[in-house]
Amino acid sequence: MTLLEITLLIPLLGGLLLALVGHRPIAGWINIAVGVMTFGAALAMALEVFDHGPQLSPSRMFYIDAFNVYLVVLTAFVGLTTSIFSRPYMRHEVERGRVTSRRLRLYHAMYQCFLFSMLLALSTNNLGILWIGMELATLTTVLLVSLYRTPEAIEAAWKYFILCGVGIAQALFGTVLIYFAAETKLGAGRNDTLLWTVLHESAGGMDPAVITLAFVFLLVGYGTKVGLVPLHNWLPDAHSEGPTPMSAVLSGLLLNVALYALVRVKMLVDGSLHTNLAGNLMMGFGLLSFTVAGLFLHRQHDVKRMFSYSSIEHMGLITFGFGMGGPLATFGALLHMTVHSLTKSAIFITVGHACQLAGTQRINQIRGLIRTQPAIGWGLLLGTVAIAGFPPFGVFISEFLLLMATMKAWPWLTIPLLVGFGVAFAGLFRHVQKMVFGEPPPGQKPVEANMLPVVVHLILVLWLGLAIPGFLSRWFEQATVLITGASPL
Amino acid sequence: MEFASLSLYNQAIILFAALALFMSFIMLAQARMMPLIFTFAWQGLLLTAVSVLVAITSGHPELHISAAITFCLKVVVIPWLLYRLSVKLNMQYDAEAMTHPTLLLLGGVALVIFSYHVSQSIVHLSGLATRNTIAVSMAIELLGMLLMIARKSAVAQVIGFMSMESGIFFAAVVSTYGMPLIVELGLAFDILVASILFGVFFFHLKDSFGSLNVGQFNRLSEANQTMPTADAAEPRPGEHA
Repeated sequence: MTLLEITLLIPLLGGLLLALVGHRPIAGWINIAVGVMTFGAALAMALEVFDHGPQLSPSRMFYIDAFNVYLVVLTAFVGLTTSIFSRPYMRHEVERGRVTSRRLRLYHAMYQCFLFSMLLALSTNNLGILWIGMELATLTTVLLVSLYRTPEAIEAAWKYFILCGVGIAQALFGTVLIYFAAETKLGAGRNDTLLWTVLHESAGGMDPAVITLAFVFLLVGYGTKVGLVPLHNWLPDAHSEGPTPMSAVLSGLLLNVALYALVRVKMLVDGSLHTNLAGNLMMGFGLLSFTVAGLFLHRQHDVKRMFSYSSIEHMGLITFGFGMGGPLATFGALLHMTVHSLTKSAIFITVGHACQLAGTQRINQIRGLIRTQPAIGWGLLLGTVAIAGFPPFGVFISEFLLLMATMKAWPWLTIPLLVGFGVAFAGLFRHVQKMVFGEPPPGQKPVEANMLPVVVHLILVLWLGLAIPGFLSRWFEQATVLITGASPL
Repeated sequence: MEFASLSLYNQAIILFAALALFMSFIMLAQARMMPLIFTFAWQGLLLTAVSVLVAITSGHPELHISAAITFCLKVVVIPWLLYRLSVKLNMQYDAEAMTHPTLLLLGGVALVIFSYHVSQSIVHLSGLATRNTIAVSMAIELLGMLLMIARKSAVAQVIGFMSMESGIFFAAVVSTYGMPLIVELGLAFDILVASILFGVFFFHLKDSFGSLNVGQFNRLSEANQTMPTADAAEPRPGEHA
């Protein structure tokens, strides 16, 4: 059994175990333990890939290369830190009476199954399984979005289910079309036609008309899950109404996985069409999402909703970067994926504690965090500084790289980008400043909070901003070569 | 047209495709719950028939398995589940008020023409039959989406969702002799889980909103968020527990 299969099996078995354990207090600890084991296995696998290069599993079912290996590690890592945060958080939610302790069984089991489905989607070599992993990720989280059973939560979950279901069905049609194109080229009767490695090799000879059509369907499909405007409506609802650990992993991980799927497909399409059609479409949708989400930041009244619009904005920027292509932009986009998920999950963890402290998610009722509980106040402030793209945090570096690449390839587009950065910055700070520094309402008491995950995430983001470690930059470089065929360094 | 010159097999495939498309139109126009569910089951049966036909003539025995899965899911399990739920929620005789039925059907026609237009661009597609079936399956998929957009009842939305899936299956079976078996199994599993989750949601919707009409969803729209006075006066339920 390879290390990759172990990485996949641990969360799956962990999910089953947690379904058996139910709502006993130990479940939170088991959740953390499973997270530690998954992360350990993922790290060991990454070291193996680091030493020996890309690996294809003997059955050719799984394929790990420079592009997905770091996403696997990132997913396992954020899954672990969020599980550390979720234990005291969910206990507090039970004490407040927002969830019955019985529903914790569902919560813990689905948390691990969700991680499993994302790891499956990332590591599979089969485009069909990739789709199944993405759909499974929706199915496992939909009941978690409605965990509180308020009318809002039910509405959000239904919207999430239906919109993502429709979107992802388009992606399935796109996958069928790719299969059709590949089978026309490679001949019927092979059972490996849907494998990414096979498709990538033979992309050159596939019918461009079919591939173009397929890409449009796949872009709409996976783009819905990335949260690209105008297909983003489910995202703020699902993020704001579900439990906060869910928001952290949805924003930090699921959006990345969907974008990963889109980029994989783009690699195939580019190989077949030899035009920049796929890239231009992605640039357009990316820039639209970036701009629209930045404006929407200003009119939010719910703190989790606000930060989910910030996620749409950043995913738009990353999509734009991948769409632009070119080594520098791709390198920047890969880096931005990493720093965004680390920063955003740290922010959601802090926001979760802040909401428990204030007893509400409404921005105008959260005040004086830094005085009541300095750790939460500083966490939120530094996290927002980081996500807004201030130096010396990593987000600054990746946004700077993307801006540089834009300046080289599409100089005119730097204007909307710069304006967008400004608008988003203003949108975040006009709300966050009051929440952090305002006058605390009388009787506001500190809550039990574990800020360790936030500290670790922000230190990592800071580290990436000051100096990208050698092994990581080599990975990013290899991934860039893989995606664009040229090295940025 | 050169339909008469096609082999009997291709003619049969086109006939089934046309009938499945017809079912989609019936669903689009059908306001009552029970006939809607039954029409969906008929579409599933047509899909099964196509799978069996392709399996026999093309010599792909694994398509029999795919046909069996389709039959179990689309003809038996999902319609039965929806039927049971509508009886349980006491809404089997409900009819939905359709606002613009004619416009809806004309929109459906436009989608079919659009599908044909798009698939005409696929030039080196082998035969007339494949080109037709790709267009029809895309049309079934888009009509399912139209059904979901136009209808306000949760049941109709589920039917639209499943019918989109049927359209995609149809494309896979006819143009590529089905997907690889492991993918088909995974798909079937996903659809099964989805249909169970839909069932769970029906009860949640009924509990929270008193009906399965999702047209009354308005708590999370952006427009609603911009009324701070209402917000301050009335904290949202569950917040101050």
